[in-house]
Order: sequence, then structure tokens, then C-alpha cells
Amino acid sequence: MAAPEPEAPPTAPTRAKDHSPWNWLLFIPIVVPLIPAFFNGDSPRVFGFPRFYWLQLAFILLGVGTTTLVYQMTKKRGGS
Amino acid sequence: MWRDHLTEIIVFSLLFLLVSVMGFVAARWRAPKEMAHLDEWGLGGRSFGGWITWFLIGGDLYTAYTFVAVPALMFGAGAAGFFAVPYTIVIYPLVFLVLVRLWSVSHRHGFVTPADFVRKRFDSPVLALLIAITGIVATMPYIALQLIGIEAVLKTMGVTGDNALARHLPIIIAFAILAAYTYQSGLRAPALIAFVKDSLIYIVILVAVIYLPYKLGGWGDIFAAADAKFDASPNPNDGILLNGNNQLQYVTLALGSALALFLYPHSITGVLASRNRDVIKRNMSALPAYSLLLGLIALLGYMAIAAGVKPLPGNSAGSVDNNTVVPLLFDQQFPDWFAGVAYAAIGIGALVPAAIMSIAAANLFTRNIYKEYLKRDASAAQEANVSKITSLVVKVGAVACIVFLDPQFSIDLQLIGGVIILQTLPAVALGLYTRWFHRTGLIVGWVAGMGLGMWMLYQVASPTRKHFGGSAFPLSEFGFDTTRTIYVGIVAVAVNLAVAALVTLALRAAKVEEGVDGTEPDDYFADEGDPRITPGPDRDADSAREPVA
Repeated sequence: MAAPEPEAPPTAPTRAKDHSPWNWLLFIPIVVPLIPAFFNGDSPRVFGFPRFYWLQLAFILLGVGTTTLVYQMTKKRGGS
Repeated sequence: MWRDHLTEIIVFSLLFLLVSVMGFVAARWRAPKEMAHLDEWGLGGRSFGGWITWFLIGGDLYTAYTFVAVPALMFGAGAAGFFAVPYTIVIYPLVFLVLVRLWSVSHRHGFVTPADFVRKRFDSPVLALLIAITGIVATMPYIALQLIGIEAVLKTMGVTGDNALARHLPIIIAFAILAAYTYQSGLRAPALIAFVKDSLIYIVILVAVIYLPYKLGGWGDIFAAADAKFDASPNPNDGILLNGNNQLQYVTLALGSALALFLYPHSITGVLASRNRDVIKRNMSALPAYSLLLGLIALLGYMAIAAGVKPLPGNSAGSVDNNTVVPLLFDQQFPDWFAGVAYAAIGIGALVPAAIMSIAAANLFTRNIYKEYLKRDASAAQEANVSKITSLVVKVGAVACIVFLDPQFSIDLQLIGGVIILQTLPAVALGLYTRWFHRTGLIVGWVAGMGLGMWMLYQVASPTRKHFGGSAFPLSEFGFDTTRTIYVGIVAVAVNLAVAALVTLALRAAKVEEGVDGTEPDDYFADEGDPRITPGPDRDADSAREPVA
């Protein structure tokens, strides 16, 4: 906190951040879970789970990883 | 018969009592100086930090009905029910990209509902009215469905009656209490209760997914039991994997449901209540914890198969109520007190979303119907008051739906709800990115999408019904030579977009007036502490903030 008073609204840098190319990465966890060819099968099994189940649950980690990465790469710097 | 379940009933009632007290106390939690403002009652002061938002949105999106219906679907149809997992993966990147923009523009302009945004962006009260009505109509049956979640639990505990009134009395009481504390505390009530609800659910499910496979012979045996059941059934489209016919349906349903979910007014209410953009973005990485939970809950359907659970009879003779399989599984496999905790988790799980949904519907009515058409100069206090009363009306309506109509009617309506809320996508979600569409084009597109969606849903038959049998539309109806099916909502919204685009081009060629965009490009990036907030809500910006979680 305790940021100096911003005299001019910091629109330009904010805008640049929102248009970061990192955002494109977010399409990976949107597209990959929607391709049945990846997960619609039985083998290999993991702990008794057919691929259909463990791989789709693993896609959750893909989603978490991607959103975390994009957040870290696009967030404001300098603690403001 | 309920005497056999006495321990369960006592545990359930005690936990229910606890959250009721919390609901009333919530009015004083992070209390504002002035409660008589829609920002306070309807959006919790727009001040929620990371943890509260996590519990609130988690409690909001993953409803009791989800927890009961998804395993029921797995129990009945197998792999097709697992769409809930990709569905709840895909939604978060979408929110990350799209709804943060809505948060910013709403923060600067004081919008409370998505229709507020559309009104300003497209300068069209008619379009805003359509968005508001769509939201209210889609939300109402969703609230009613939460009651079905509670009812499944009550049924399993043997709390039933001889006539309709006696059977529904517990639900009526539960909703009366819910209505009272929502009226008093607004969005703060579900936010506080969500802590209890989600803690209970996490404990119950973690215990269940560790203990039950151990008891039932391991995951391999559970999947084998499910596989054997589906092999023996005459239905060609069930099984523990998808087949050629339902893959397209699976992915379009997952995508369509994700798009629909973040357009639902109650999700938007949850997002707008957070304090700043960072809170939302961080939550999009943390909320998938619930998706993992949901995936495990879905598998409870298979555990019920492996445990040999037989669902209780449904309302009509000869039918079975698959929604009772999870409560029955707990009743059968766990000590009574733990089953009671699990039932309370489902019951309380119904209250949180029901409260948020009724608040969201009430806000839509207040801002986009009452203030727009009935009383232009309504003060902030009047707005809050109208919203509080509307939230009561909405809940009475939901209870009436369950008591007086066949519950199947609510399930049908919810199916329709997902399809119709998708029709707000061009105006709300794409509107956040572009004003290319003409307001009249959006209206015509909405009409086309709604009409087509309804017609398609009407055409879908199921083994037991001729119409409204589901959302999987056979492509052969369009004249394609195939047995594949597709989710109705996706087709309807695609047509909606195409029509909106064509009409836009035509109107632009004819140079029809487009109205004035009331927003500016940098509104979509505004953040907490923005110096250019439109005056109105007297947020006490100088008061001490809660520590950030």
C-alpha cells in the first residue's frame, strides 16, 4: 500500500498489461479438455482409474498451472 | 421409519441451526456504516478479499443440486456424467479473460447487474430488459432445484409425510429461515455460511474417497462394477467411456455449460462482490480445487454401483429417484453421525447458492425493471428495500414450484435455463470486448437464439418422454445422416450470433441510429482505488480494510 498519489490515471500501462501476449496461453486449458481423442480411452490405468478419468482430473492441474502462470506474468509489479 | 435415522436427523438439525444463527449474525460481519444501499445488501460492499471470494464463488457455483445430480447421472449413464469436470475446468480461464473486464467497468460505473452494463454499453433499455428477464427466468428454476437437493436428503432420512403439505413442511421451514436472514444480511449471509458449507463438504468427500474405495475393494473393482452394470443395460449410450455418438454432445455440453455458468446472474454477483481484479484472478487459480472435489463426487455414483445401492422410488409409480443414490450410499456405508454431517453438507450446500441466486434475481428486478420502468428517481435506500422484498418473493416462488408442481418441471426449466442464459452471450460477454454489434441486431439475434433453442429442446425425446427429454439434440433432425448428438445451447447461440451479425451489417448499411456508448476503453481495466469512479455509492473508502487473505 502507501502508493504515491497517481496524478494521471495509469491507463496506458494497465492497458498494455491487459493486452499481454501471456493471455493467449489461457486458450490451452480451454481447448485441451474439449478434445475427446486425448482422454476417451481405458489404458493406461493409474491406480485403477481408466485414462478417461485420471487424465481429465489431471487437466484441472493444467488449468491451475496456466492461470497461475498468466497471473504471475501479468500482475502489477512494485507492490502497487 | 424416521426413527431409524434419529442420529442423522439430530446432527443435521444442529448444523442447520448453527448456520441459521450465522446467517442472522452476518449482518454485523464487516458491517458498513449504511446498510440501506444495494452495493451493501446486494454485493457485500464490493469488498470481499481472496478467501471470502473463494468460499463464496465456490459455494455459489457448486450447488447442492450439482453434488446430488452429477453422481446420479454417473450412476445412471456413466461417462457422460463426467462432463462436469471439463466444464468446470474450462470456465476459469474464461472468467479470467472476460469477467475481470466486467468487474472493472462495473466498479467504475457502479453497475450491479450484467443488464446495467448492457444498458450503458449499447444505450438500449429494451436490450437491457431482455437481458434482465432472461437472467430472472433462468435463475428461478435453479433456485427451485436446490430444494430438490434438500429433498433427496430428507427422503433418505425418512422424513416424509402422507400429504403434499406434510412432506414439504421441512423445506418450507428451511426456506423461511433462509429468506429471513437473506432479507436481513444480504450477500454477507451466504458469504459467511459458505465457510461452514464448504468445510463440511471437503471433510465429507475426502473421507468418502479415501475410505469407500478401501471398503469396496479398490478403484479397479469400482470401475469394474460400473462397467458390468452398463454392459448389462440395454441403453447403447451408457458405459464408462464415451462412444462415437455422444462425444460431440459431451464437449459441446461442457463448453456450453461453462459459457452459461459465467453468464448466470449469481456467478456475476459473486465476481462483482470481490474487492479488486487481483482477487478475481488469483481465485481463478484456486477455485479449480472445487473441480477436483466435483470430479471425486461424480465418482460417488460409481461407488454407489459397486456398493449395490438401489435408489428410492420416485414420485410417480414405477420410477426411481436416482438423486437419492449418494444419500443412500452414505446411509449404508457410514456411521449415522457421519451420514448426518454429510446430509447437512448437502442441505447447507443448497442454502448458499439459493441465497445468492435470489439476491442476483432481486438485483436484476430492482435495477433493470423497477428503477428503469417503475420509479426512475428511486433512492439508494429504496433500491435496497425493493431488492430485499423481491428476494423474498423469488424464494416463495421457488418453494411454490416444488410444492405445487411436479419437480420434473423445475428440472426441465433448469435445462431450458442453461440454453436461454447462453443467449445473453453476444451482448454481455462479447459486449465487453466490442461494440461492433448493433443493439437492434443483438435483440433480433436473441429472439432467433431463444426461438431455435426452445424448438430444439422441445424436439428432444428420452426413453420416458416425448419432449424436453434432455439437451442432446440428434443431428439427424437437421437432415444429417448421423446418429451423433449435440448440445442445444451451442447451436442456438451460434445462430444467435450469426443473425446478430447479419442484422448488424444490414442496419449499418441502412445507417440506422446506434446510440451512444456510455463506457470508455480504459473503463475495462480500472482497478481498486480508481480515481475516476462514477459518484453514487458512498463507499467508505477511508475506513480500515480487512487484512488481505
